[in-house]
Order: sequence, then C-alpha cells, then structure tokens
Amino acid sequence: MTREAWSGFWEDFTQSPSGVFGAILTLLCGLAALLAPFISPQNPYDLTQLFLEKSHLGPTLFKDWSYSHFMLGSDGQGRCMYSAILYGMRISLYVGLASTLLSATFGTLVGLLAGYAGGKTDAMIMRIADIQLSFPAILIALTIMAIWGQGLFKIIIAISVVNWVFYARTARGSTLSEREKDYVDAARAIGMPATLIMVKEMLPNILAPIIVIGTVRVANAIILESTLSFLGLGVPITEPSLGSLIYEGYQELFSGEWWISMFPGIGLMIIVLGVNLLGDRLRDVLNPRLKR
Amino acid sequence: MFGYLLKRILQSLVVLLCVSFVVFVMMYHSGDPVEMLLPPEATQKQVQELRHHLGLDRPFAVQYWTFLKNALGGDLGKSFVFNQPAVRLIVERIPATLELALSAIFLAMIIGIPAGMYAAVRPTSWPAKAIMSGSLLGISLPVFWLGIILVLTFSVTLGWLPSSGRGETTMFAGIRLGFLNMNGFRHLILPSLTIAVFQLALIIRLVRAGMMEVMLQDFIKFLKAKGLSQKKVIYIHALKNILIPVVTIIGLQLGNIIAFAVVTESIFAWPGMGKLVIDSIHGLDRPVVLAYLLIVSLIFVILNFIVDLVYTLLDPRIRLR
Repeated sequence: MTREAWSGFWEDFTQSPSGVFGAILTLLCGLAALLAPFISPQNPYDLTQLFLEKSHLGPTLFKDWSYSHFMLGSDGQGRCMYSAILYGMRISLYVGLASTLLSATFGTLVGLLAGYAGGKTDAMIMRIADIQLSFPAILIALTIMAIWGQGLFKIIIAISVVNWVFYARTARGSTLSEREKDYVDAARAIGMPATLIMVKEMLPNILAPIIVIGTVRVANAIILESTLSFLGLGVPITEPSLGSLIYEGYQELFSGEWWISMFPGIGLMIIVLGVNLLGDRLRDVLNPRLKR
Repeated sequence: MFGYLLKRILQSLVVLLCVSFVVFVMMYHSGDPVEMLLPPEATQKQVQELRHHLGLDRPFAVQYWTFLKNALGGDLGKSFVFNQPAVRLIVERIPATLELALSAIFLAMIIGIPAGMYAAVRPTSWPAKAIMSGSLLGISLPVFWLGIILVLTFSVTLGWLPSSGRGETTMFAGIRLGFLNMNGFRHLILPSLTIAVFQLALIIRLVRAGMMEVMLQDFIKFLKAKGLSQKKVIYIHALKNILIPVVTIIGLQLGNIIAFAVVTESIFAWPGMGKLVIDSIHGLDRPVVLAYLLIVSLIFVILNFIVDLVYTLLDPRIRLR
C-alpha cells in the first residue's frame, strides 16, 4: 500500500471508537505477552522463586492500590497470579497466532489450487472441506488431541486442521473471479508456469479477504485453545495457558479461592474482546462493498 | 424427491465410513491402552493375555474389518473400563445431553428472537444498544469461564442453586428426565444457562441482521402503505421472513451444542455423553471414544438432513436436487 492508501485506511479505521478500543486492547495484550519476563514480578515457572508459605494468598489489589507481588493473589503453589497470567497470555497468543498463520497459509494455497485447477481437484478439495464443516470445530480438535495427547505443537496443528477450511473456501472464491482477468491470460500467454502464475500473480490479489478472516479467527483459535486446555487436552501443565490456569482455579473454587480462576478468565476475555472488535472493524474497512 | 433422498443417504453413509476410518487409524497409532488397564507390576504374560483378549494383537486390517462388521450390527466394542457395551454406555447418556441442549436452545429462542427484533426495529434506543453490546460480550465469553462464573455466583457465594450432577430424575415414557421435578429442574438451570448465553447472542445478531434487511424490502413498505399496523407488519409478516435462517442456524447449532456439551458437562459433572467421552479420553478407553465419535457423527448427519428438509418446507422456492 502507498502512503496515501495507508492514511486513508487509518482515517476510515479510526472513525469507529469500538474499533480503536479493540486495537488498543489487542496492542496492550500483545505488549504484556511480549514483555512478560521483564514486567512480571516473578517467573512463575522458576521453582526456586516459589515459596509454599506464600500460597493461597488473596488479592491485595482492592485493599491498597499498588503494583506489587501477589496483587492478584497466589495459587496453591505460591505462584503469583499476575505473573502467571502474563505468561499464560504469552502462550495463548502464541498458539492463536501460530495456528492462524499455519492454517491461513495452508488453506490459502489449497484454495488457490482448487480455484485455479478446477475440475476434479477442485471437487475433491471442496468435498473434503464440506464434510469437515459439517462437524463442529471442538469435536475435530478434541478428537485429534484425544488421540495425540497434550502438547504445544500438537494443539497448534489441531487448531490449524480445524481452521484451514475457512481460508480455503475464501481463497477459492476469490481465485475463481481472478482467474477470468486479463493479467492471468497475459501471464499464461507468455508461457509462465501455472505455479508461478498462482503464487506470484494471483496470490497478492486474493490476500485482503484472507487477512480479514485471519484476524477474526485468531480470537476463535484462542478460545478453542483455552477450552481444550481447560478440558486437560491442550497445552501441557509445564506451560500453562490462560485455559489451564482457569482449570487449575476451578479446582479451588469451592474452597472460596475465586481469584485463581477469575483473573485469568478476565485476561482471556480482554484478549478475545479486543481481537474481535479489531477484526470486526477491519472487515468493515477492508470490505469494498460496504464503502460509501 | 426420492432420488434426492437416496443420494443424501448414500452420501451420509460415505461420510460415516470416512469418519470411522480416520478415527480408527488415529486410534490405532495412539497409545497402548493395556498399559493403563493393568497395574505397573503386571507380568509380561498378563499383558499379552489381555492384549489377546481385547483383540489388540491382530493386524490393523483385521481389527478394522471386525470393527466395521460389528458396527453394522450396532456393536462398537466393549468399554475397557466399565466392561459394558460402549454403545449402551453412550445411548444411556443421550437423554441427559439432549435435555441440556434442548432446554438451552429453548431459553435462547424465547429471549433471543424478541430481543433481536427489538434491536432491529429501534436500533438507536438505549435498550437496543445494550442488547447489542451484551451480545458481543456473549460471543466473546468463553463458555467454560461463563460456567465457572455462574457456579461462583449462584452456588458458592449465594448458595441458591446446585453446581454439580443432575439431581433427581423422573421416568417419563421410558426416558429419565430431570426437569419434571423441582430438584432436577434446579440442577438444570446453571448448565443450560451456560450453554444458552452463546446461542442467545448468536440468535440476537442473526435476527437483528435479518430483520433490518427485511424491513427495507418493498413488501413491507407496501403493507405499511396499505395501512396495516406497525405491530402486525413486524410480528406477522416480517417475522415469517426471518424465521428461515433462524431455523436453519438453530438446527445446525443443536449439533454444535451437543459437541460443546463436553465442556459444560465437565464443569457441572452432568452425567451426559460429553462427560463420559472426556473421562474415557483420559482413561484411554478406546472403544467408548470411538463409539462416541461415530454416534455423534451419525447425529450430525441426521440433523443436517432434517435441516435441509425443513428448509424446503419453509421456503417453497428451494428445490432439492
């Protein structure tokens, strides 16, 4: 995009307060996740920093407003919840972004191939996509994790398997309309190989809708990851995401220690809300059909 | 119509076959359940005997073929843990899950449709804005966290409602139902509310979007010009036109709710098939997991089919081919 296009985009984007709010929330969460080792008072996974006499502490934040150790309380192992949330956010965002990147790349390429090749290739790919779409995401991801076991890499793959369909369908749709355009004919006429036409000529032209879907799906991926982790089928206990923290807190809920599950949940909600608002706004701005 | 039915049934069978194959292959390559079933001090001979007894020592193709043959007869193997037919374990738990799913959908519909219509008819009023912000929040709220908050508020803090199990059930027409007596009904409230919130948000957004589109159409203007009251236009003519997408989504969502029941049932210790499958996954109870996946797939295939049929009944313009 040129500089003018950027400033035009920015102007459009900032017209909606909720979009800006979403962008700020997303940015804050991203920064918190990125800077977790520097801003958290404690490294929650360094066992030498955990002390049992500091366990089961209630949050102090509401009594005196200060930024300190255990301001959000601590869990049964003496882990500072605030630090645990920052680190958890890191893992949640990492899984969300990595799985989105992976599924978007795979889905787009497959969709491009289906749209460009047409015929049997197209029919087969789209049939698979249809079948997969008739089953709920949670069921597919659950099956994969149930059989494969916990793991950071595994859950990224599982979420990508769930999500590739959305990108493939969108990419195929755009490819079908791009295929009829003159520049594709021209590229074919000068004898460009099909792979090059697809990747170098057509791919840049179908990217906009993919980016929009990608933003919205990040929120979805984060929720799916935390849900699976909550069920004990997600990330391993050694690298707890927000979902695993909430699960851990749920065990302590009935003894009245509400903060262990409540605060990670609020963190999760802030990320998801931020990304959703941002995604909604991006969709409105980048969708030419809605332009005045 | 007959040709269409035949084609759909064939398609469904192929889908089920694919599902069974994929799941079976993955199961086959996953961990050895024998290690979980026997105590660690078991001898090598005991291990081998159990493997032979469960049929795990035979080659893959033979295992799959036996599985398929038995599946057609309604036998999906015996649970390693309960030592009971897997199908029976799951079928026993279907009413509990369905009770939860249907009560949640009912709740979402009776609140969601009027709220969505209101938000569409008076988009600038403050209740409409509150409804829309609430629905955005409802979509952003992870289901399991919502469940925890409800437990915290209504069970732990206020002590009004029970937080786990199904409570007493009453036999009605051969099915155990909970909502027919007070105790069971109280147990049902929190879990079904947990599921309903997301569906409610979805229905509100769907109804609002559909309603806004319909209200701009010529026939609405015509009805208004004819002198029909605003109420009649909205509640009879506009509503009729938005019901088609709503019915479709609700039908498809029913499948989603049944799948998502794994989460809600785990939180509330609801004795449905979702909790059973999570327990079975953790206990490496392979036949039960496999049976669950196949039975749920079957439910989905049937639901999709019914949604398609209802669609044509509601909208005569759609022809099935």
